[in-house]
Amino acid sequence: MKIGVFICHCGENISSTVDCPRVAKICESYPGVEYSVDYKYMCSDPGQNLIREAIQLYKLDAIVIGSCSPHMHERTFRNAAFSAGINPFMVEIANLREHCSWVHDDIESSTLKAIELVRMAIEKVKRDKPLSKINVPVTKRVLVIGGGIAGIQAALDVANAGYEVVLVEKEPSIGGHMSQLSETFPTLDCSQCILTPRMVEVHQHPKIKLLTYSEVVKVEGFIGNFKVTIKKKARHINEDLCSGCGMCISKCPIKKKAYNSFEEDLAFRSAVYIPFSQAIPNIPVIDETVCTYFQTGKCGMCLKVCDRGAINFDQKDTVMVADIGAIIVATGYKLYDIERKSADLKYKGYGEYGYGKYRDVIDGLQFERIASASGPTSGEMKRPSDGKEPKKIVFIQCVGSRDDSKGISYCSKICCMYTAKQAMLYRHKVHDGEAYVFYMDIRAGGKMYEEFVRRAIEEDKVKYIRGRVSRIYEENGKYIVKGEDTIAGMPVEIDADMVVLATAMIPQDNAPALARTIGIPYDKYGFFNESHPKLKPVESTTAGVFLAGACQSPKDIPESVAMASAAACKTIILLSSDTLEREPVVAKVNEDLCAGCFYCQKVCPFGAVEVKDVKDINGIVYKEVAFINQGVCQGCGTCTATCLSKSIELSGFNNEEIFAEIAAL
Amino acid sequence: MDNQKWEPKIVAFVCNWCTYTGADLAGTSRMKYPANTKMIRVMCSGSVDPVFILKAFERGADGILVSGCHPNDCHYNAGNFHARRRWDFFHELLDFIGIEKGRLQFSWISASEGKKFADVVSKVTKDIKAMGPFTNYQKMNSEFTALFPEEANADSEIINQIKETVL
Repeated sequence: MKIGVFICHCGENISSTVDCPRVAKICESYPGVEYSVDYKYMCSDPGQNLIREAIQLYKLDAIVIGSCSPHMHERTFRNAAFSAGINPFMVEIANLREHCSWVHDDIESSTLKAIELVRMAIEKVKRDKPLSKINVPVTKRVLVIGGGIAGIQAALDVANAGYEVVLVEKEPSIGGHMSQLSETFPTLDCSQCILTPRMVEVHQHPKIKLLTYSEVVKVEGFIGNFKVTIKKKARHINEDLCSGCGMCISKCPIKKKAYNSFEEDLAFRSAVYIPFSQAIPNIPVIDETVCTYFQTGKCGMCLKVCDRGAINFDQKDTVMVADIGAIIVATGYKLYDIERKSADLKYKGYGEYGYGKYRDVIDGLQFERIASASGPTSGEMKRPSDGKEPKKIVFIQCVGSRDDSKGISYCSKICCMYTAKQAMLYRHKVHDGEAYVFYMDIRAGGKMYEEFVRRAIEEDKVKYIRGRVSRIYEENGKYIVKGEDTIAGMPVEIDADMVVLATAMIPQDNAPALARTIGIPYDKYGFFNESHPKLKPVESTTAGVFLAGACQSPKDIPESVAMASAAACKTIILLSSDTLEREPVVAKVNEDLCAGCFYCQKVCPFGAVEVKDVKDINGIVYKEVAFINQGVCQGCGTCTATCLSKSIELSGFNNEEIFAEIAAL
Repeated sequence: MDNQKWEPKIVAFVCNWCTYTGADLAGTSRMKYPANTKMIRVMCSGSVDPVFILKAFERGADGILVSGCHPNDCHYNAGNFHARRRWDFFHELLDFIGIEKGRLQFSWISASEGKKFADVVSKVTKDIKAMGPFTNYQKMNSEFTALFPEEANADSEIINQIKETVL
């Protein structure tokens, strides 16, 4: 085998601490090396030409480049090698810049290290095998998980590009948290007015199959070829027959047994219900846990009043399997439930604020419902306990967020803005009322955001107090808010009628479970991890799975929409070709050696290991061996280290290559 | 051996996605650390076979660092969990094989922790320097040669080449 060695100076980045001509000279005499040279900029056009010409002139079989990190220019040099007629995987890079010249001062020791690094690469390249990229077919259908604004946007974008979409939502209606909001910052647009047309568009789109009250229970397969199992929970209503007239709801005798979760528990709902009046689809659900028929076997009032015969008490959960090419995860967020200290020990509660104990201490979403024209008070400012108009209201920011002692270190990002908005809405509705905001910092980065907060302070006379609240307690029908004004340097006490807590945004309860189902990583809070924080913000690390909205980190509406469109665009790029090309770094089984213990199957994070029968010439199965599905395998190599008989090899990083590198040290 | 002059030879097995990238970041941030450590890139810390480590000791490494992504941060979801489980067990066996435990160290270094990478490499180098050269490998080597003459031959070919080229 003839090997060419090319040592790059990278201007002076490498040559300032590594004696490049010396490295090239020493490599010249190394067995197997046919040609060795150093050059100022190997990645430049003349540099690449030098490589191409050397490959052709010396008839090289493989090349080693001593340059910057392979993460930087591996592809460049592979392409150069390919254009000169050698297999692109017969190229190895010795990282002389990031791992040598930039981190060491001494010329002698860094030159010696550089020689060793190049030597390791030479020994590895000697054992490299030509590989070719793997082609896998693509199913042109997208699964969107979550029907909030992010999921809606992503589904519409993908569907408008002409691809089929399956939109799965766990609640009976799409819309998500955005449908609960009153008005949106910084324009004070009515949230439902801008959202509901998009919901209708989703419902009517010929390319979108909407599955509400459904959950993803299993994801198998790989990029371009997922098999997704979806469970459709029983509504006990025949969706094809129901006209959404609402007769069953009005006649249902159960009126005050179940809280309305859409109204954030500020109102009750009947046993058969539609979450809210603009729900899509406009089809009710029967809640088995409170319905008299399901509890006692009697009643059946809805059955009697439904003139279309749509009520079906015997309906069962159904399971369907869909072939999917790409997945967009848009499961959104929930608010940190400060009351829940015993149920979830990860977060500590705020018992000192009396949430859950005092009915007029509410969270941000509850305030949204009170302020909403479609809410339980029809938009009138009435406090939950006695329905009186609060004349003095206190907003507290950073409840949970940015508080290590409560278990959440991050900033929830939207609370500064929505608190300003809520205080403003309050002042618009209660002209003689006083609004106070306790804040740590005002973080109003965004177009027209800072101006919006200034407007709340200057025009709407909301009083901002910089400091934390230590305690809230009830006294003579008032809620005494004790805090500190850190600018004035004195304690503050406000006798409020209502308190709104801007609680932290946290991932949905089932986010980690869903992440495990799909096979994507999540952080310690349960937010899904993006592939690269800067350059791959919408891709998950699992190929073919994309992220949109607040399931990745706290976000406001425009950011969620932008991310959803970005994820949709990435998905469309993926589906635009009939087959996918991917790096051939995959594991392969030597069937002769494989003992069929299937330990590899147990450790494979992607379920890429299948059982394959080995037959003799008569077609009789004489042993079972592991078979690695090249489309599913991501090339981590965990199986290779686990394999007892050492019969699995990771292409491009096989044991022989690594042993050679070790030996060359 | 003169301890003033002696420089330890350290091998680092690092995963492609976190620690290798973290090391790149240490480079781009121009952080300085001793030149004793040479890195071998693998795709995932989960693919580091204990045999690689033994092999490196056998080849005269004085210390070894294995580093991957933080738990829950693995590019391959779970590779580093398998690595962790394997290392906990393997570490316990080192003394038994005749290798001091401190010569094999583990860490989690993410792609954004250039500083941590430089610190860890500096610390490992300092620790190994304090422990002195690992001399047991010669004994291991002769035992290995006696047991597997063919394989030892293949290795010594490479080693002889190295001697020729460098000295």
